Amino acid sequence: MKHFARIAAATTLAASLMASSAASATEITFYYPIAVGGPITKIIDDYVAEFSKGHPDITVKPVYTGSYQDSLVKAMTASKAGNAPDMAVLLSTDMYSLIDDDLIEPVETLAASADDKAWLKSFYPAFMENSQSGGHTWGVPFQRSTIVQYWNKELFKAAGLDPEKAPGTWDEMVSFGKKLTKKDAAGNVTQWGIEIPSSGFPYWLFQALTTQNGAILANPEGTKVAYNDPKVIEAAQFFADLSLKHEVMPKGIIEWATTPKDFFEGKTAVIWTTTGNLTNVKNNAKFAFGVAPMPHKARGGSPTGGGNIYIFKSKDKAKQTAALAFAKFLTSPEKAANWGIATGYVAVRPDAWETEAMKTYAASFNPAIVARDQLKEAVAELSTHDNQRVTKALNDGLQAVLTGTKPAKSAMDEAQAEATRILKPYQK
Amino acid sequence: MQLRRDSRLNIHVQGWLLALPAVVLLATFTHIPAVVTVIDSFYSTPRGVRRSVFIGLDQYQAMLADPIFWKAFENNLLYALITVPLAIGIALGMALWVNRRIRGRTALRLAFFTPTILPMVAAANIWLFFYTNDYGLLNQIIRAFGFANVNWLGSNATALWSLMAVTIWKEAGFFMIFFLAALQQVPPDLYEAARMENAGAWTVFRRITWPLVMPTTLFVAINALINAFRIVDQVIAMTGGGPNNASTLLLFYIYQVAFSFWDSSYAAALSTVLLLLLGTIALAQFYLLDRKVHYR
Repeated sequence: MKHFARIAAATTLAASLMASSAASATEITFYYPIAVGGPITKIIDDYVAEFSKGHPDITVKPVYTGSYQDSLVKAMTASKAGNAPDMAVLLSTDMYSLIDDDLIEPVETLAASADDKAWLKSFYPAFMENSQSGGHTWGVPFQRSTIVQYWNKELFKAAGLDPEKAPGTWDEMVSFGKKLTKKDAAGNVTQWGIEIPSSGFPYWLFQALTTQNGAILANPEGTKVAYNDPKVIEAAQFFADLSLKHEVMPKGIIEWATTPKDFFEGKTAVIWTTTGNLTNVKNNAKFAFGVAPMPHKARGGSPTGGGNIYIFKSKDKAKQTAALAFAKFLTSPEKAANWGIATGYVAVRPDAWETEAMKTYAASFNPAIVARDQLKEAVAELSTHDNQRVTKALNDGLQAVLTGTKPAKSAMDEAQAEATRILKPYQK
Repeated sequence: MQLRRDSRLNIHVQGWLLALPAVVLLATFTHIPAVVTVIDSFYSTPRGVRRSVFIGLDQYQAMLADPIFWKAFENNLLYALITVPLAIGIALGMALWVNRRIRGRTALRLAFFTPTILPMVAAANIWLFFYTNDYGLLNQIIRAFGFANVNWLGSNATALWSLMAVTIWKEAGFFMIFFLAALQQVPPDLYEAARMENAGAWTVFRRITWPLVMPTTLFVAINALINAFRIVDQVIAMTGGGPNNASTLLLFYIYQVAFSFWDSSYAAALSTVLLLLLGTIALAQFYLLDRKVHYR
């Protein structure tokens, strides 16, 4: 009994000592999602270990929080329960939701030193469009992407097309597509010319078409949308025509998740998908493939996509400073390059492409450069206040057009009316 | 006298103590949240600095004007109307079949029951590949018979029906177990009597089997009905409610409003409606079970 008491006393003492030593270090929680293949958890853990060597006074607790959607749910509910993470990687389009719920801190209020200010200016401007609003910078670009075309060179050759040339215009999408679409004796299509996914979040891929047609879907304040702009209606009509009129794309909704598989199986000659799929395609395509920027109509271009780092509101300034230090570490040129190579995301700052590691990678794998070069034509991903509702209005309208249930004009008019109704409280 | 009152008190205390864990669990995770949900539905959604204020029935008025709510409601009614009778019919058919003395009976029972063991999300992912456009199993089969390719989950006409098929496939095996148990309760002398009367198979079923499994049928029907309004996982896994809300069901819409739109009060109002609906079904179950279904 005496023995037991002594052990108990010793344990209590040890525990209190440990607690006091932990209190001297600043502990921060970091939520991150996984949206692409690869050993992401291990990479993040390695980054954290390396960071803590340089910053022994900061302890980072990385928490894997599932998909982007799951991560937002967890960050929101934790915040509402008074237990917000100190920083999190969430979709760049979640910015307005996070601002409206008063959850995040403008980064520039924390990053006050000259060094910090230079850091905030070091990113590609296209990525900053989705990170700034109302004169504040709310997010730091981290895992960002654009849409690119992947094409099967062997199928191009078999169809009598130049295997080194992807469709460069809307007209070529149709004319190449007609040559690439193959039917069997019974008249069933065995190979499609092109697949543009339309399940889940069709607005994103559609935004590439509207951008190319010269339309901008939302204002920078995120309070107005232009869903029924004639150029947008024309783009929606073209999207539907690819399947319903030209018959070079499967009819109905094309599942985002199975599009890469269709490409690997040779069921389609061209797919549009994120640059984040680059490593996936590289590992699974058993044929020569190419990666090309988006085709042109009035112009080229694609929306950006992917996730930013957000720093959450907190009464503890030490935690916010620590979070800022970790954010700067994660977006340093070396880490940005490393992250881009490991995942296929576009390294978020120009000087990352000047690092040795990135130069070697880009020289050996040319497609990696396509997404970067497309950035000069990229626009902000559609994002507004009450974002998910406003984009759902467009998604529903688009799916109605693609399934042939509504004509493009009336579907887009309805989407516009719905979005305007939702956004009314924010137009002050 | 003193002693007796003590012991009676003691019994009450004991009884409550025994029930306490269940009461606490039910209250914490079911009853209190349900009541709070109903209360929340009369307040606006708090956003950042804007506090929640009492708005009375505004959410319910918005619901009446919300076309997606009506679409989800309509879809859900159709879902229940189709899946419940079909699942019951197939379950009873399978039960009658595997209740006979046939070779490989155990293996057959197991085979029918397997879909029930699979987690819904796993099953949904298997079916996702059955339904895949172009090279999915189903399309390969119908093309072998010379029919045109169908984009099962990607067109308005077929998306909801494709989800229904998964539900029926998954639930029929589970309900079969109940019917099997009920069939084994039917006294064999009734069948013997019928044989002596030279009754045909259909008469035997209609006059003996069907009335005697009636309580089970009702129990299964109520459960199937409740399940039909609780479906959410396969919608998330297979269609995301699309195309253009063609396969949106009530609970999925509630999930979307709560965790995509972050409109917790409107979600509370929608939940209240669902709660009322399910409550009514459950009450009907108790009422009917106590009265009309027993064979007399």
